[in-house]
Amino acid sequence: MSAPPAPAAPAPAAPRTPPPATGSTAAAPLRRRRPLPARVGPYLLLVPALVPLAVGLGYPLVRQFVFSFQEYGLAQQFGRPAEWVGLDNYVTLLSDPYVWGVIARSIAFCLVNAALTMALGIALAVLMTKVGRAARITLQVGMLLAWGTPVLATMTVWQWLFDSQYGVVNWVLAGPLGMEGQRGHSWLIEPLSFYAVATVIVVWMSVPFVVFTVYAGLLQVPDECMEAAQLDGASSWQRLWRLALPMIKPVLFVVALLQVIWDLRVFTQIHVLQRAGAPTRETHLLGTYIYSLSKEFSMAGAMATIMLVITLALTVFYIRRMLREDEA
Amino acid sequence: MTAVVPPPNTAVPARAQVVRRRPRRRASASRRLLGALAVVVALAWVFPVYWMINSAFLPTNRLRTPEPSFLPFGGTLANFRRVLGDPSFYDAFRVSLAVTGLTLAAAILFAFVAALAISRFRFRGRKSFVVTVLVVQMIPAEGLFISQYQMLDTWHLVNSVLGLSIVYVAAVLPFTIWMLRGFVSGVPFELEEAAMMDGLSRTGAFFRITFPLLAPGLVASGVYGFLQAWNEYTLALVVMTDPAERTLPLWLQGLVEANRATDWGVVMAGAAVITVPVILFFLFVQRRMSSGLVAGAVKG
Repeated sequence: MSAPPAPAAPAPAAPRTPPPATGSTAAAPLRRRRPLPARVGPYLLLVPALVPLAVGLGYPLVRQFVFSFQEYGLAQQFGRPAEWVGLDNYVTLLSDPYVWGVIARSIAFCLVNAALTMALGIALAVLMTKVGRAARITLQVGMLLAWGTPVLATMTVWQWLFDSQYGVVNWVLAGPLGMEGQRGHSWLIEPLSFYAVATVIVVWMSVPFVVFTVYAGLLQVPDECMEAAQLDGASSWQRLWRLALPMIKPVLFVVALLQVIWDLRVFTQIHVLQRAGAPTRETHLLGTYIYSLSKEFSMAGAMATIMLVITLALTVFYIRRMLREDEA
Repeated sequence: MTAVVPPPNTAVPARAQVVRRRPRRRASASRRLLGALAVVVALAWVFPVYWMINSAFLPTNRLRTPEPSFLPFGGTLANFRRVLGDPSFYDAFRVSLAVTGLTLAAAILFAFVAALAISRFRFRGRKSFVVTVLVVQMIPAEGLFISQYQMLDTWHLVNSVLGLSIVYVAAVLPFTIWMLRGFVSGVPFELEEAAMMDGLSRTGAFFRITFPLLAPGLVASGVYGFLQAWNEYTLALVVMTDPAERTLPLWLQGLVEANRATDWGVVMAGAAVITVPVILFFLFVQRRMSSGLVAGAVKG
């Protein structure tokens, strides 16, 4: 892991747009022998996908949005018409410092986890390109086993690893590492150490996806480019930083975007850890907090809408960039 | 295990004979060092999975000791016997199977025709649809589940396989479309055009030429959908409130809560039972999943 030497020879400028993947990206001119079917065809093909999306996601989303401006509680369950209350639900939520705490914790958790996952994932993908075949396959198999494990099974194992009495984590810290204070330590009682455990689990689960996707992207960088750069005297680190990674920027963008979205809406890990004996109020993130509001439907709807806005705010930059690149 | 071997031509670009500024030995030494690092990372990542299997074979008295047993010598099958002798496991298995089957059949079919439309046709609104598919993935399901529950409640579909499948299809469709779009774009349209020149109709050309080439992509998307539906916890937790209608993940969580304080061995056996088949499935197709995603990410 030597430091990259000062760039002596200018590495060739990376092209701004990635090389097209295999396949024709040029708009295929269609010879319309039957004008009408050809024009209606694509729309008909989209209908089957649009129906479940509209029913399963669109309708609940709209309904929830409408309810978030209404008073909807027990009386309405028994058939009383809901009253419009304007922004009352939002005002109630956003004037509560606790809600702001949940929002801040969620964003912090999301950014820390997404950043750690991306950094580790890219580093390991690059490592895969730099080691021999045996080492690479070993790493791939390890990553695949972690990636393929169902999330609930993962959660049970990590609970067992962090078990206060007989968990192997406390044993390692107290025994071989001599941190006597760790004996019988409860990891989930303190919010900060609760989030540390959750971060370890989330990163462990998310890194493999990043590694394989980035590695697949790195394999698509044409060998000719790399060889040409090598002939021009670029070191292997220069080739990586100035050629390979910029070339796979679109892949990195998509992966980072997905990480941010997934880590902001993290629910299962937090929920299961809470049930394993953590104080819920101090450890709620957006998802679990909305779940805890399920009896107050209007409030839950307003909170979910706030969560949606936060998600969009965090990702709008990416989406706009991707749209600019997706000029199909 | 051959499924994970990458194509061999990518290992290292052949070192050009012209510029070899560093002596070969040092390069291979650093390579060995990096190789060792890769193996250490791999071990760290495997450890939790190993620990699950290891603990599943250990009797309770060997799990509740100050010194953990790192190898399951003298292990037992008692934990597995307890899990597999539990009728509630089979109930959950049946529910999971039904929900997953229904979700997969619908999602793959719908996603496939949608992917076809956006990668083989140019039409007004195409781009908006692609953006919609992307943006839909931003909608946090965790913000929707309460309203999805209420909707299903209105239709008397709570605690039903059909109800859970409806929300599952909506959940896996966007990513499946995204993946398949990459695969469809990966088959050059020129192949179809050539076949059409030879007198095949557009549909005929598609089914005779393109469709066989897409089979791997369909399998990969299918497995993605399978893993999502099979492992999903959150929506199942909200929709399947009746203990008789639990899916496997809910069943496992129930097992944890019943045995957490007393018997981790049984819990680990339960986790292993639902993990091993899934991992085997997964190993077969993961490479296609990644390359499909990359192909989908590069515009197509």
